[in-house]
Amino acid sequence: MTALSATDEVRLRELARRVRVEVVRAVYRGGGGHLGASLSAAELLVALYFTELRIRPDDPQWDGRDRFVLSKGHAALGLYATQALRGYFPIEEMASFGQLDSRFQGHPDMTRLPSLDISSGALGVGFSAAVGMALGSRLRGSSERTWTMLGDGECQEGEVWEAAFIAGRYRLDNLVAIVDLNGYQVTGWPGRTAGTQVPPWPLRALGRQWAASGWSVIAVDGHDVAAVVSAFERARAVRDRPAVIIARTLKGQGVSFMRGVHSRAITAAELGQALEELGEAS
Amino acid sequence: MKRAEVIDLVEGLTLREAFNRTLSELADEDPRVVMLDADNATATTEGVFAAAHPERFLQMGAAEQNMVGVAAGLATMGFVPFVTSYACFQVFRAHDQVRVLLAQTGLPVRLVGQSAGILTGLTGKTHQSIDDVATMRAMPGMTVVAPGDEHETRAVLRWSLEFSGPVYIRLARGSAPLLFDSSYTFESPSAIVVREGRDPAILSTGLQTSRVLAALPGLVAGGLDPVVVHIPTLKPLDEESIVEVARRAGRVVTVEDHTVLGGLGGAVAEVLSARHPVLLHRIGIDDRYAESAGHDELVERYGISPAAVARSILSWASATVGLAPAVS
Repeated sequence: MTALSATDEVRLRELARRVRVEVVRAVYRGGGGHLGASLSAAELLVALYFTELRIRPDDPQWDGRDRFVLSKGHAALGLYATQALRGYFPIEEMASFGQLDSRFQGHPDMTRLPSLDISSGALGVGFSAAVGMALGSRLRGSSERTWTMLGDGECQEGEVWEAAFIAGRYRLDNLVAIVDLNGYQVTGWPGRTAGTQVPPWPLRALGRQWAASGWSVIAVDGHDVAAVVSAFERARAVRDRPAVIIARTLKGQGVSFMRGVHSRAITAAELGQALEELGEAS
Repeated sequence: MKRAEVIDLVEGLTLREAFNRTLSELADEDPRVVMLDADNATATTEGVFAAAHPERFLQMGAAEQNMVGVAAGLATMGFVPFVTSYACFQVFRAHDQVRVLLAQTGLPVRLVGQSAGILTGLTGKTHQSIDDVATMRAMPGMTVVAPGDEHETRAVLRWSLEFSGPVYIRLARGSAPLLFDSSYTFESPSAIVVREGRDPAILSTGLQTSRVLAALPGLVAGGLDPVVVHIPTLKPLDEESIVEVARRAGRVVTVEDHTVLGGLGGAVAEVLSARHPVLLHRIGIDDRYAESAGHDELVERYGISPAAVARSILSWASATVGLAPAVS
């Protein structure tokens, strides 16, 4: 296992910070958007795109690329920002988010943006498509891998377990799922203390559910880039079954007043505060 | 408009047999062809394909939503997936997956809906699909085809290999008399005259066309000389042919194994009301679900047997004499 160098760790942290900055700016400019899920997934997305995926940003449809499916499609802004920083398109183009004819839809639309391997947004559907991609690689005897990211709330969809079952049955060891276990969903269930929520899935219960479907389960702190990168390596090394990385994260990570928030608009004052918290001069 | 007059109704392969034999042949020729099954295959049906191409027969279990999603993923990897199960489960259980992953992406997945319509053995209304065409036709980007016999089924499957978007292929169950011969080629959209005549124009689709042809002796004995047109493409509709035949006949009847709302009758009404308004009589399942019973009893009770079709058309034709413009 190759440890992440200190330099790379600093670089990934900085990239995750920039993803958060771009997401906050896009939501401010667009007059709304799904912030919380993009903020929780920032380290996971940059670690994937900058250390793991075999891709060619200048040739996004290169047939030998690793596939990535953002099944939790509401984190689209986080994905766009990550892809922009990786060189797929200029970050300035994200200014079109929320306007007519934008390539950056509220949920990923493959017909508009060639860097997206599938459209997603209705929860669960992306994961099934990812299973199809992994099955396709096996059928055609090619070596690309498929990665997909789900939300913890998303794991309440029945289709997720249909897909998990089939991936387990077919022992798709070229498939890795990441669950962004950020602990919140839109309404959720009330906790014992007023104003609190019980998480969509307790970590252990969710892990048992994946294991029962035939998956190798890896848990990680989803904001610790070094731990995330080493979890990717462990997942990639799993043979004879698919692997799931359950990443403990915080919804809205990085912006104090976005903790647990699913989607909303932000004011100019809030933008200033968010950028300040993210260490960005507004 | 294409013409292929049917002289005698001779039994052919069921549409399901035609599908499985053809797909097996196509898979011999084309490595992109894969079949996904939701636990409906038997040795004599999809098992034909499975035996010939075990590695490309993908058992997806009793889970249609995921099956459609997996097919979409396979399509992005260059495969041409044929998804098969009961029509009702693909269309209704997996409706969101069909909408988001196929209609909204344009991915070339073929949904092959088995036992479409009310003939589903003794399963009843849960397994019958009388509202699938209305539902699928409403989706932007979706092509909806209902073949009428084994040759058309074969031709549709072959055509679909090179078609770029998603297609819903509606296969009805039960005996399937031949409308065409092995030289038949399919194009979309299309409408085929299977019996020349003057008035009224009877438009039908899928296996129902053979029941309309079986109703002809009764119609002729009742003094009518109808032109019968088979419409395999419910979306896109061959609007030019439908307008032309309506103009010639003056009165139009639609007949389908589907609710009279939103299927062939609805589609024809949309076209004719805009382009050439004529009297239109829609025959099909009334706005209700059916039940489990023998096939002969079902088609009679729900008004689509040859005898029921003949009765309905004769009664409507005599009630509307003089209301339609004289045929030129």
